[in-house]
Amino acid sequence: MNAPSTPPASWDGQKRNQQARIERGAALAKGREVAGADIVRLLEAVIEPGDRVCIEGNNQKQADFLARSLVRTDPALVRDLHLVQSVLALPEHVDLIEQGQVRRIDFSFSGPQAGRLANLVEQGRIEIGAIHTYLELFGRYFIDLTPKVALIAAQAADREGNLYTGPNTEDTPAIVEATAFRNGIVIAQVNEVVDRLPRVDIPADWVDFFVKAPTPHYIEPLFTRDPAQITEIQILMAMIAIKGLYAEYGITRLNHGIGFDTAAIELLLPTYAAELGLKGKICTNWALNPHPTLIPAIEAGFVHSVHCFGSEVGMERYIAARPDVFFVGRDGSLRSNRAFSQAAGHYACDLFIGSTLQIDLEGNSSTATKGRIAGFGGAPNMGSDARGRRHPSPAWLRAGREASPNAAMPRGRKLVAQIVESSREHMQPAFVERLDAWELAETAGMELPPVMIYAEDVTHVITEEGSAHLLRCTTPEEREQAIRGVAGYTQVGLGRDRRMVENLRDRGIVRYPQDLGIDKRLATRDLLAARNIKDLVHASGGLYNPPVHFRNW
Amino acid sequence: MEQFVMTFPAACRLAEAHPPRLCGVVSSGNLEVLVESGDPGDACRIEVSTPATGFRDIWAAVLRDFVERQPVGGLRITINDAGATPAVVSLRLDQAMDTFRSEKS
Repeated sequence: MNAPSTPPASWDGQKRNQQARIERGAALAKGREVAGADIVRLLEAVIEPGDRVCIEGNNQKQADFLARSLVRTDPALVRDLHLVQSVLALPEHVDLIEQGQVRRIDFSFSGPQAGRLANLVEQGRIEIGAIHTYLELFGRYFIDLTPKVALIAAQAADREGNLYTGPNTEDTPAIVEATAFRNGIVIAQVNEVVDRLPRVDIPADWVDFFVKAPTPHYIEPLFTRDPAQITEIQILMAMIAIKGLYAEYGITRLNHGIGFDTAAIELLLPTYAAELGLKGKICTNWALNPHPTLIPAIEAGFVHSVHCFGSEVGMERYIAARPDVFFVGRDGSLRSNRAFSQAAGHYACDLFIGSTLQIDLEGNSSTATKGRIAGFGGAPNMGSDARGRRHPSPAWLRAGREASPNAAMPRGRKLVAQIVESSREHMQPAFVERLDAWELAETAGMELPPVMIYAEDVTHVITEEGSAHLLRCTTPEEREQAIRGVAGYTQVGLGRDRRMVENLRDRGIVRYPQDLGIDKRLATRDLLAARNIKDLVHASGGLYNPPVHFRNW
Repeated sequence: MEQFVMTFPAACRLAEAHPPRLCGVVSSGNLEVLVESGDPGDACRIEVSTPATGFRDIWAAVLRDFVERQPVGGLRITINDAGATPAVVSLRLDQAMDTFRSEKS
């Protein structure tokens, strides 16, 4: 006989727990507003041992005051935490772990703290749940990793607690939506408290407490690339990308990764691409942060729309003056949204192109290096075939035909290109037989090597030597030789089968600049639409206001 | 610091005299290439000085490919390297040869 199933003792235990936390916090607040001096006590009052806590921050905006305050809490009260957040970028995030207040972390990206994190993992002082992509982590916020307490950052609050997140809205909506509607506590740090907000990005009803931070939240100008540092090799690779990939497929909808390689492409649109007659035919619609290096292309009329993951320091006035291009509110300022832009990049773009650190013989691509647990950010979402996609476009259909010319069921395919100089400084090869990711996985006890983009998703590899059109390869051997054929003077490149590579060249799988009708001698800095930051300011009509350390005039 | 000379046989000789040409600059990650006419007429002599040691086989491969692309004898090339990648070396050599050929004395 089956035992009768027992219903839970109550259906609102979490709700009542949320109420109790809010009451404990309210004792330290005036309405929803908490004084800066009381924030540590407030955190101690509302956080319980074992809580899942999200400290908002991405590679741009950081809830840095709340992070610093959390580090100052009593480890006897605030302990056993499970951090579930996009990045571990601030020293304070890792300080919390070192103080023994954190038991486990689930995250996406750790950039500057990658070395310290790897150390703590090796010493067994922290469990890593998993390293996610942004969308994947946001997805889990709504399934099994919902934050109990979210510490977020906003530009301003009004007296009631409505929030203006402004140009750097970034991850806030996704975090707050999950936390506020699942019995959690939302605490915001704001740069200022005002009577009337320019617009409401997060309604007060979803916010439990807010505190005015003593200093504005930190924002990293992560996507600013000074054109003065772009090399002729990067210009040559950009020419290969534009002529051999963008023009060939007629790519209008795309995402660019971060770095000088793709910045060079952006700066060649109004010059090289325009000379090739490609204006209006390529690069019209973007999922992209507001890269300053895109200004000349926007001004030349190349770009129809840009949806942004976040903002970029100094671009605010320029964006506000180009509302036909960017997504701006009725107040005139940008509204970014990482979750939506990641979804857009995954499903609505035909091309992702980005740099990497290592590519193996199959085409797996990784930025993991020994001793650093750096994570992925958004690249795997952008740089993977969207198998749930159903809407056609000429580029997508063509890539699909090339991938499976004889398939009984026709399908489309996303183009995913890795662009990299075959050797970096000090002769560090970008092409390797075995990714460092394997060794990192072993030392850190990870179940999978942290691969950023899997070989099966990579369709093109572009180096200074040429372009490898991996989609057209029919066997693994061809694929390996196509990669070796553009791997320059690395051991992988020197180990090529020259006859096979010549055969691949004849079939248009490996293509060198001369095969594409590119004159390498034209790869000079004269091709750049802007040669330094000052040129970008000029191109923007004085609207772009670069951070001080990018000004050298 | 490493210095060495590599000499490659070259099928064709320089048809006419050209003034020496200098290309590039000695700054980090870059290099300076000096191209001059010189003896013997059936070979290309390349002198390299580089701060990085232990990459002679890669230099040999880069220079061999260059001579294959530009099989010109009677050349004396001096490379003053400041840690350039092979890609930059190849590009600079091609650029230096182009300017060298374009100017007759």
